[in-house]
Amino acid sequence: MIPTKFLLILPILVPFLTGILAVLSWHQRNLQRVVSLTGSALLLVVTLILFQRIDRFGPQAVQVGNWQAPFGITLYADLFAAIMLVMAGLLGLAVGLYSLANIDEMRQRLGFYPLYQILLMGVCGSFLAGDIFNLYVWFEVMLIASFVLLALGSERRQLEGAIKYVTLNLMSSAIFLAAAGILYGVAGSLNMADLAMRLRTAPVGVVTTLAMMFLVAFGIKAALFPLFSWLPSAYHTPPTAVSAIFSGLLTKVGVYAIVRVFTLLFVQDQAYTQAILLILAALTMVTGGLGAVSQYHYRRILSFHITSQIGYMVMGLALFTPLALAGAILYIVHNIIAKTNLFLISGITEWVGGSYDLKKLGGLYVRQPLLAGLFLVSALALAGLPPLSGFWAKLTLIKAGLEAQAYLIVGTALLVSLLTLYSMIKIWTQAYWKAQPEMVERPLPPRGIGWVIRFAPVMLLAACTIALGLGAEYFLDVAQTAANQLLNPSLYVETVFGTFVGGMH
Amino acid sequence: MEMIMALIVGTLYAAGVYMIRRRSLVKLIIGLGLLGHASNMLIFSMGNLVRGNPPLLHEGIDLASLADPLPQALILTAIVIGFGAQAFAIVLIRRVYQRVGTDDMDQLIATDKPR
Repeated sequence: MIPTKFLLILPILVPFLTGILAVLSWHQRNLQRVVSLTGSALLLVVTLILFQRIDRFGPQAVQVGNWQAPFGITLYADLFAAIMLVMAGLLGLAVGLYSLANIDEMRQRLGFYPLYQILLMGVCGSFLAGDIFNLYVWFEVMLIASFVLLALGSERRQLEGAIKYVTLNLMSSAIFLAAAGILYGVAGSLNMADLAMRLRTAPVGVVTTLAMMFLVAFGIKAALFPLFSWLPSAYHTPPTAVSAIFSGLLTKVGVYAIVRVFTLLFVQDQAYTQAILLILAALTMVTGGLGAVSQYHYRRILSFHITSQIGYMVMGLALFTPLALAGAILYIVHNIIAKTNLFLISGITEWVGGSYDLKKLGGLYVRQPLLAGLFLVSALALAGLPPLSGFWAKLTLIKAGLEAQAYLIVGTALLVSLLTLYSMIKIWTQAYWKAQPEMVERPLPPRGIGWVIRFAPVMLLAACTIALGLGAEYFLDVAQTAANQLLNPSLYVETVFGTFVGGMH
Repeated sequence: MEMIMALIVGTLYAAGVYMIRRRSLVKLIIGLGLLGHASNMLIFSMGNLVRGNPPLLHEGIDLASLADPLPQALILTAIVIGFGAQAFAIVLIRRVYQRVGTDDMDQLIATDKPR
């Protein structure tokens, strides 16, 4: 039995040590692959144990180096953080396995695996951070690793995408840093639990201004409506394994940070902030959905849909009821799995079909029925058809919207669902259903080890999507517990300081 | 002192944004650097600017007369991180220049073409 305090550090420590071992085995590529995959598997195990522990005993906090709460670095995990950590572990393993076949030798030799592990470390660190400045540092760890992963290989498109990605994300970091500085000037602390108490008595106008600064900083990373333009320009350029892990985790870290600060810190002037969030959510959904409709490039359609679906998650936060937040959490989980899987499938489609361009693809239903079936599972889940995972997530959100009498956003959400379905059907008919265009006959790839390595993670994630749909009752239950924890900031404060704090609600 | 700092921070932000809005990649990188510096100076000014009075605690000292050392520690971290990001960005634009043969950002449209 691992002590819980230690267990809380492990999701950071495991990828960190794996990354170091991967650097040490730089020249033995086979060893490096084994090290990386073992590390990813270990991360999944650790996060699952942590989830089970937190599910049973409630939120946990640890003071690193035993410096007491407002002074030292705090790591904190409630059920929401634990769920996100499990997602990071699951994707780390699935995409890590896929990358064995997808990442070419040159990129492996340039250090793909160490960077991959450091990226996972940054993601896990962001989920665990209990301190605003610490969160900034983890964001930067994650960003630097993602910068290099995006540009690794130096293809022209990759470099151009990287310029846009790097510029906007560095601007976001500068805004985040400035906001953290002003927050310290206003409240005199950066520990989130401490802030949650201190901001209650701070002037409302200043706090709301800060909230908007954080919203811009995290909104760029989460690809919210006016700030998302870097995403469709960058995410379709690197190898599929890289875009898959980016699409699954990076924007969701932004969403996680938004949810965290808007449930814990900036709850003073809710009528104002929630209205802005609601408008942004609606516009994000619509622009992302319409952007996807206009595209004919497989991965660009999927990239626009990432943006569109961020809107649903923010909608759950903006409605700010327990049910809506539960819906948002369920949506995040569903979306991470389904979207990553679609990116992986797009990679296999390119492998067997020779292109990402839908006009050049075709006839894959006949030649690759298994691939087409796997696509259908994830695509229909994404569009929200029962009984798959997306249906329950959307149902919960829409039910919460109706209860809150926010009919406009409910209407928008339903309409954008149709757009999603339309895009998915477009990919289905163009890539899989229609006859193959007049082209040179491509030989089918051999069913060797490369086939297994590519298909195993896709099947794993498709199974997760189906399990999420069939076991929806259990998962909704967990999401509701997580939402109730989020809506109870005093629980956070009490867990971090280890004592009961009066006067909070 | 606060006024001077406010003016410096404001000027740095303005210059940074101006540089980012140029078309040249080199100016973009300089602009990003300036934005980072502006944020650092902003944090610096948050910690009560005091001259010639090191924050060493002893009996009977007035805490309000001392500068808060924490923002300075934060800046130190932010500078190191900013340095790493800058170094990467400079290598990146060099690569882009080698690969694309231009430093005009309006030419970087390969990712936004339909194919």
